Order: sequence, then C-alpha cells, then structure tokens
Amino acid sequence: MRKVAVVGVGMTKFTGAQSKTAVELFAEAAMDAIAESNIKPRDIQALFVGNALSDIAEGQAQVQVFAADYLGLDHVPANRYENACASSSAAFRDAVMWVASGAFDIVLVGGTETAAKMGTPLATRTFAAASDSRYEYPCGLTFPGVFALLTHLYSRKYSIPLERLKRQMAQVSINSHYYGARNPKAQFRKEITMDDVFNSIMVAQPLQLYDCCPFSDGASAVVLACEEKAKKLSDKPVYVVGLGQASSGNLASQKDYLPRLIARELSAKQAYSMAGLSPKDIDVIELHDCFSIATLIALESLGFFEFGKSGEAVERGETKIGGKIAVNPSGGLKAKGHPIGATGTAQVYEIVKQLRGECGERQVEGAKIGMTDTLGGDGGTICNAILARGW
Amino acid sequence: MEHKLTFKEYSEALKEDRLLGLKCQECGAITVPPRITCSKCQGTELEVVQLSGKGTIQTFTTIYVPPEGREAEAPYVVVLVELDEGPWLMGNLGGVDPTKVTMDIIGKRVKVGHAIFPGDKFSAGELVRPLFSLED
Repeated sequence: MRKVAVVGVGMTKFTGAQSKTAVELFAEAAMDAIAESNIKPRDIQALFVGNALSDIAEGQAQVQVFAADYLGLDHVPANRYENACASSSAAFRDAVMWVASGAFDIVLVGGTETAAKMGTPLATRTFAAASDSRYEYPCGLTFPGVFALLTHLYSRKYSIPLERLKRQMAQVSINSHYYGARNPKAQFRKEITMDDVFNSIMVAQPLQLYDCCPFSDGASAVVLACEEKAKKLSDKPVYVVGLGQASSGNLASQKDYLPRLIARELSAKQAYSMAGLSPKDIDVIELHDCFSIATLIALESLGFFEFGKSGEAVERGETKIGGKIAVNPSGGLKAKGHPIGATGTAQVYEIVKQLRGECGERQVEGAKIGMTDTLGGDGGTICNAILARGW
Repeated sequence: MEHKLTFKEYSEALKEDRLLGLKCQECGAITVPPRITCSKCQGTELEVVQLSGKGTIQTFTTIYVPPEGREAEAPYVVVLVELDEGPWLMGNLGGVDPTKVTMDIIGKRVKVGHAIFPGDKFSAGELVRPLFSLED
C-alpha cells in the first residue's frame, strides 16, 4: 500500500437554512480544495461524496454525479457514501484506500448536506431514519433521544449524580462555543454560559437545546494524492497514517457495552494500530460532539481519559487548547455546525489546517499529529482517521 | 436460507401482546428482535420461543421535540428494558405522566404490551411497538 496525503482542503461556511443547493455547496468547497492543491479539475481521477439526505431534502438522488458534472468531472467515477452523520468519513476512508492501492493518484473526496433547509420536524424525522426503522423508530426515537438514554446510563454506570453530570456536559458545550466564536466558518460564533445551557428548552430529557448540535447546511472537500504526487503539489502534505471503521446494530443490541459505543473502540484500535501510535501521541482531535454527552463517551473510548472520568477532565480544562488533548478547536459539531454528510471531511479540514498552523486564534501550537472521530446513527458507523505532518 | 421468524411474524405476535424470540440450540442465548443468526454465537439452529414479556427498566428519556408527524404524541417516554431472558428491548412506557418521570424509574419492573404507530410516508406502512407498563 502506498502512502497517501491530503494536499488541499476546502469548506463552505456552515450555516442554518440558506439558498444554495447541495451541488453548489459541494462545488464551492471542492474548488477551494482543488485550488489549494495546485491542480485542475481534469487532474482528478475519482470523486467520493458523503451525503445522507439529498433525496429527501432536495428530491435529488445521485447528488454526486451532478456535483461531478457541475465541476467538469464527467471523466471520473463518482460514488456516494451514505453512513448517516459519518458519510464523508466513510467516503474519506475508501478514497484513501483507492489511492493507497495504486488505482488512482489524485482523487477528490468530501461531503455536502442541506439539512437545515428541511426544518426541525422533517430533519428530526429523517435523521431518525438512521436508527432501526423496524424495531426502534416506531417508539418515536429521535437522535437527542438516543443520547438522552445514554446520559442516564452513564450517570448510573459511573455513579455521577445527574446534576453533576449535566454541569460537566454543559462545560463541553461552553468550550465548543468558545472555539466556534473564533472560527470564521462556524455556524454559531457566540460564546455561551452555564445559564444559557440550563435555561434552554428541553429536547429529550435530560438533554436541553444547548446540549445538542444544530441542523446545518454546508459542504467540505479534500484532495488526496499518492506520496510521489503529493511531494510535487504541496510543501505541507498531511499524511493519512491511520484509519478505522466499524459497525453496530440498533441501540438495544449494543447492551453489553452501553453507554460505551463498541464500534468506536474497534475503529480507534484499527486506526492506532495502523499508525503505530497511541492516544498520548495525538495533539488535537476533532470528535463527534453531536450531543454534549457524546464528547464524554468519545473521549474515554478513544483512550484519552479513564471511563467515567472525562467530565472531570473537561471541568479541569484538560480538553481545551493547552490541556492534555485539544478537543474540537473548530467549535465541533455543536458550534461549527453539523451538515451531516459534510461533517467527516470538515473534521479533516480542521485537522489539516491545525497541522499546517493556519488556525489563528484557535491554533493548537505546534500540533504535529491529529485525529478525527465521526459517528453515524446510534453508533451504527464509527470512523477514525489519524493525520500527521509530512514535513 | 429460511427465516425462523420474520419481521412480519414477530410484529403480528406483538400485536397480540406476545413477545417472540429465537433460542439458539447451540449456545442457549435468546435473540430478540429476530435475526437470521444467533446474536451471541452466530449459530443458525434457532427455535422460536415465546418470552415472558417481563423485565427491568435500564434507562429512559422523555421526548419533547418529536419527529414530523408525531407531534400529537409528545411528550412521551422511551425506555430500554432488560428482559428477564437477557436481551434489551426498546419500547415506550405507558401509564405514567411523561413530564414527571425521573431516574427513579430505572430498575422498576415492567411488562410488555403494544401500541401501533400508524406509519408515515417513510415507514412502508403501519408498525407495532412495545408499550411497557409498570408491574403492580
């Protein structure tokens, strides 16, 4: 297998409902990534697009081929990945594998979503389609509901009183908004307080509005190249050194592990093993904070803190820049926004920018190795990637 | 390979408040809802058995922001129940004021009944769901 590098990245600003189509958003991000890579669209040999909901949001299936055509890529195979919120992470993983295999030298991979456009009731319904439609959705399960169930399990399992746990969770959201306020691409560029979290509406007990990421529109894209091409195209190629992906069934079927999500532990193990690295080697992570509790669960399964201890670590500031592990300096899904199909490669975008030292006031100084963590459904898909400076 | 228990057969039984599962003839584990192999050992020698429908609440949430088409149901309680036979099953909890449920509900004994979700434009028709109630 050949070494594969990210040579260019692009993303739109993430927003609430706006007027551009999923194809237009993708093309904006893609052209920025292409320009950064010092290539032309004709140099691209394959297109991989993460998208979950364009069929419903815009009545558009095959969004990837219309994106290819819009970009002038009629000469390439264009395939779509649907892994709910992890769609573009699954696309990214496969794209890396195709380049590593030698089949292609330069490919474009990204994601696009216009979820905010759907409005909250329809978006809530269609997101819930990523849970088990036969055996769990009939109960009226929503995604805030999934993580609300996990919050109560977490509180019980680790003997953390709910009131205490909710303050730890609120601090996660406060941190995300602190960094979102410093990210020009973020949907929410406003700091929040503990009171803001506790005064927000109840969505799914015990999760309140500020425990939840928003519905968002946006797109992200990256250009990947084999090592030989990457060295010619970029002074700062970022190598993909570790990858993982694993799967699970419905929430009840994961009972032996909950509130841990076993797919994450399997995926992270693959990624660390492939990279020959461990959690202590990671300088910065973009992880899947779809809900505040999700951050605590992820931090533990990824190996950064002991089980049941990440909330205390968040309270001590260990997940902020300068702490033990810099978490979500982009503002994360909570503040940067979560256009679901675009989220995975937007995490890659942030890590690449961090490793290159281009993040201004949210820069993790000297970051050399970064990681992404993306979750689709109720743990149905979890993907991890580890990226490292190539200079 | 033939299914021992299909989605339809499982659903039809649940509509009569009968909870069906699959008992593995190799490892003895119970699989519910149905799968084509044992959820523990992936064995294929499975026998349909009727379960007690009784269990213990492991966690809950009260949903205040529902999906499109389910506004009239909210707020409602979703629970994960550990059945006496071992597996966990998701259902709703009836017979309680959804706005008053707290973590004190965890550990309470429940028995299964059912409710119908009439379906929406995405759901390929009507669906049945477990509706648990607290045991006396």
